Amino acid sequence: MKPEMNVEMRGENKHLILPYGDHHGDGVVQVSFTLPLPDGPLGDEAARQVMRQMSLADPQVAESVPLGENYTFYVGYGKLARPVDVTKLKVARPLWDKIDPVQVERLVNERLGRPIVVVGAATGSDAHTVGLDAILNYKGFAGDHGLEAYSCFKVVNMGSQVPNEELVARAKEEEADAILVSQVVTQGNVHLTNLTNLVEILEAEGWRDRVVLVAGGPRITHALALELGYDAGFGPMTRPQDVASYLAQEVLRRKSLY
Amino acid sequence: MLRLDLDASKVRECHELAESIARKVNEELSGRSTVTIERTVARLFGVEGVAPSGVPLANVLVDHLISLGRLEDGLAIHLANACAALGLSPEEVAEKVATKEVDFGSLPWLGVEESRAKARELAGAGLAKIRERRKEREELLEAYPVHGKPWLYVIVATGDICEDIIQARMAAAQGADVIAVIRSTGQSLLDYVPHGATREGYGGTYATQENFRLMRAALDEESKRLGRYVRLVNYCSGLCMPEIAAMGALERVDLMLNDAMYGILFRDINAERTLVDQRFSRMVNAYAGIIINTGEDNYLTTVDAVSAGHSVVASQFINYHFAHLSGLKDEQIGLGHAFQIDPNIEDSFLLEMAGALLVRELFPSCPVKFMPPTVHKTGDIFSAHALDASFNLVSVMTGQSIHLVGMLTEAVHTPLLMDRYLSIRAAAYARTAAKRLRCELSLEKGGIIERRAQEILDRALSLLRDVEGKGLFRALEEGVFAGISRKRDGGKGLEGVFTKGPNYYNPVEEALKEQLGIE
Repeated sequence: MKPEMNVEMRGENKHLILPYGDHHGDGVVQVSFTLPLPDGPLGDEAARQVMRQMSLADPQVAESVPLGENYTFYVGYGKLARPVDVTKLKVARPLWDKIDPVQVERLVNERLGRPIVVVGAATGSDAHTVGLDAILNYKGFAGDHGLEAYSCFKVVNMGSQVPNEELVARAKEEEADAILVSQVVTQGNVHLTNLTNLVEILEAEGWRDRVVLVAGGPRITHALALELGYDAGFGPMTRPQDVASYLAQEVLRRKSLY
Repeated sequence: MLRLDLDASKVRECHELAESIARKVNEELSGRSTVTIERTVARLFGVEGVAPSGVPLANVLVDHLISLGRLEDGLAIHLANACAALGLSPEEVAEKVATKEVDFGSLPWLGVEESRAKARELAGAGLAKIRERRKEREELLEAYPVHGKPWLYVIVATGDICEDIIQARMAAAQGADVIAVIRSTGQSLLDYVPHGATREGYGGTYATQENFRLMRAALDEESKRLGRYVRLVNYCSGLCMPEIAAMGALERVDLMLNDAMYGILFRDINAERTLVDQRFSRMVNAYAGIIINTGEDNYLTTVDAVSAGHSVVASQFINYHFAHLSGLKDEQIGLGHAFQIDPNIEDSFLLEMAGALLVRELFPSCPVKFMPPTVHKTGDIFSAHALDASFNLVSVMTGQSIHLVGMLTEAVHTPLLMDRYLSIRAAAYARTAAKRLRCELSLEKGGIIERRAQEILDRALSLLRDVEGKGLFRALEEGVFAGISRKRDGGKGLEGVFTKGPNYYNPVEEALKEQLGIE
C-alpha cells in the first residue's frame, strides 16, 4: 500500500480508532497475564480463550513460561476486531490549561499578590507519601519540581497517616486555599470511605467552600473525585506542573481574578 | 580488578567521628528504657499470647506495671517475683493479670536478690531458645549452601500470609535467595504487635510471630527441595523494634530491617524512643545471628540525589557504629544504599557505579545491600525493566552482597507474579553472565567514577565532622539527613520512654551484654 493511500484511509474514518501495531488499522494488542494452570496445551488454549473473551481476534500465545506452583505466565497477541468510535466518548477532566512554572508564578504574584497556601497529607492509615511528596516536595518528579519550588505556593506537607480531623484543623490554622489528599492504599475501598469522611468534616465545619479540595493517587480519576464531592482528582501520570497549573487557575477563578 | 583509590586516612577519620557520634547518643540515653523493651523481656520469658480482649499479654503486663507506678523498676523482677510467689509460668501469670485474678501489688515480695535470680533464670531459658534457632540456621546453611552473589532479594506483599507463602515459594524456585514480607502499612506506628496468622493487610502483611513461623516453615521446605537455603526478611522497625527482633529471633527470621534513622525521618517516630529501642533490638539481632538491613536506600527519594549522595554514606558510618556498639559483627551489618540518580543525566550510570563501588569498599566485610533507583520509574514498565537491567549489572560489577531486585512495575503496584519472575530472571542473567567482570576491569585513574567517589567521601567526612560537633539530635533537627527536620521531643512514641529507677533490672540486657562482650 502506498503511503498516500494510507493517509487517505485514515482521513475517511478518523473517528474510528483501532490499536496500531505496525500498520494502520491492524488492531494489534499485546497482552501478558498469568493463569493458575500448569504449562501445557490446556493452559495455552485457556490463554487464547482469555484473549477471545477480551474481544481479541486471532489470539496467539507467543510464549508460555511456567512460574512454579502450577502457575504459568503468557505473552500473547491478538487483534481488536471492533474499532472505538471516539465521537461517542465522554471524558471528564478539569477545565484548566497546563501552563509552565514561570507563568504560574507570574499569574499568582501579579493577580493574588500572596502565596497560595496548600496543605497536603496522606490520610487515614495510609503510609505512602511517594505521590504526595512528588507533587509537594522541592524535588518533584521526573524532572518537574514540586510545589515547594514555586515562590507562589506556601506548602505544608503533613506526611502520612494523618487523621482527617487533624488535616482539617491544620488547614484552618494555616488558612489554606487548597487541601491535597493522597490515597494510595485501596484495599477494601478504604480510600473511598476516607475521602468521603473528609468532605463530611469540612462541610460540618463550614469550610468546604473555602478551600479547593483535591484528591490524588493511582486509583483516583477526575470523574471519581467529582463524584465524591471534590473539586478535582489527579491520577497516574500527573506531574507537579499539572497540579500547580490547576491550583493557580482555580484559586484565582474563585476570587474572580482569572 | 575494579577498585577505587581511596584515602585511607579519610576513611579512618569517618569511622572515628561516627563512633564518637554513636557513643555520645548511647551515653546520653543509657538511663532510659521503653515500654516495648519491657514487653520484649516478657516475650523472652515466654509470654506470647493475647488476653480475651485481644490485647497482647506482653502489653497487659506492662500496662499493669504502669498502673502500679512501678514501670521504672522494669518488668523483669515483678514478673519473676509473681512467678516464684505463685509457682506459675510467666504466661500463666500474664493470663491471670489479664483477668484481674493477680495483682502484682498484693503479692508477697521475695526480695531483690531472689527476684533477680528468678528473672535471670527465665531470661536464660528465652535466650537458650534463640541459641537453638541460630544453631539450626547454621546447620541448614551447611546442608543447603547458597552460592550466588549477590543474593537476589524480592518482596511479597499480598496482605494474606497464605497467598504470601505461595508467592514466596514460587520466587524462591525462580531463583530468589531472600524473601522479604512487606509489612502492612501503618504497622510501624502500632505500639503493640498483632497476634496470630493474618489474612488481611494493607499494602503488606502484618508482622506477627505466627506469620513468621508459617513463612519460615514454608521456606524451609522449599530450601530442602531446592538444596539452597532461602532467607526470610522482616521488619523490626517502628514502635516495636525490640519485640519484633525477639519474635524474629525465636522463629529464625534471617534478616531484619532495623534502622532508627529511617523511623525518625520517614515515619516521624520520636528520636529518643527509637534510638533506645534500636540499641536493645540490635543486641537481640546480634545474638540471634540475624543480619540487619539499614534504610539509607530511602534517603535520596526526598532530596536531590547528586548533591545529597554523601548523606547516605555519612549515615551508613553512623549506623555501622551503632550496630557495632550493640554487638553486631561486620558480617551482620547489611548497610542499605541507593543513589537514585536521574537516568537522563549524562553519565548517570557512572555516578551510580561510583556510589555503589564506594559503599562496597568502605565496608568491605559488611553484606551491603544495593537498591536500584526507584524514584525515576513511571508507568512505562518496559523502560523501567531496561533500567533495572543496567542496574543489575552495576550491582554485579561492584560486588554487592544483597541485591534488592528492581521491579518493572515499581511505580504501579506491588509486584504481580509475572513481574517478579521477569525481574528475577533479568537479575540472575547479569549475575551469571557478568560473574567475573569486576576482576577483568580497572578504573581510569582520576576519571569520572573515581572523582565522584572521592567527592562523596570528602563531603561525607565534612558532614560527619559537623554532626559530631553538634550531636546527632541537633543534626536531625536541622534536617541534615534526607532534608527532613525532626525535633528531639517531637514525633510518635515519646510517652513510651521512661527513666530507669534505682531498682531497675533487665536480665536479658545483662546477659546479652555479657555474652556479646559489649559495654
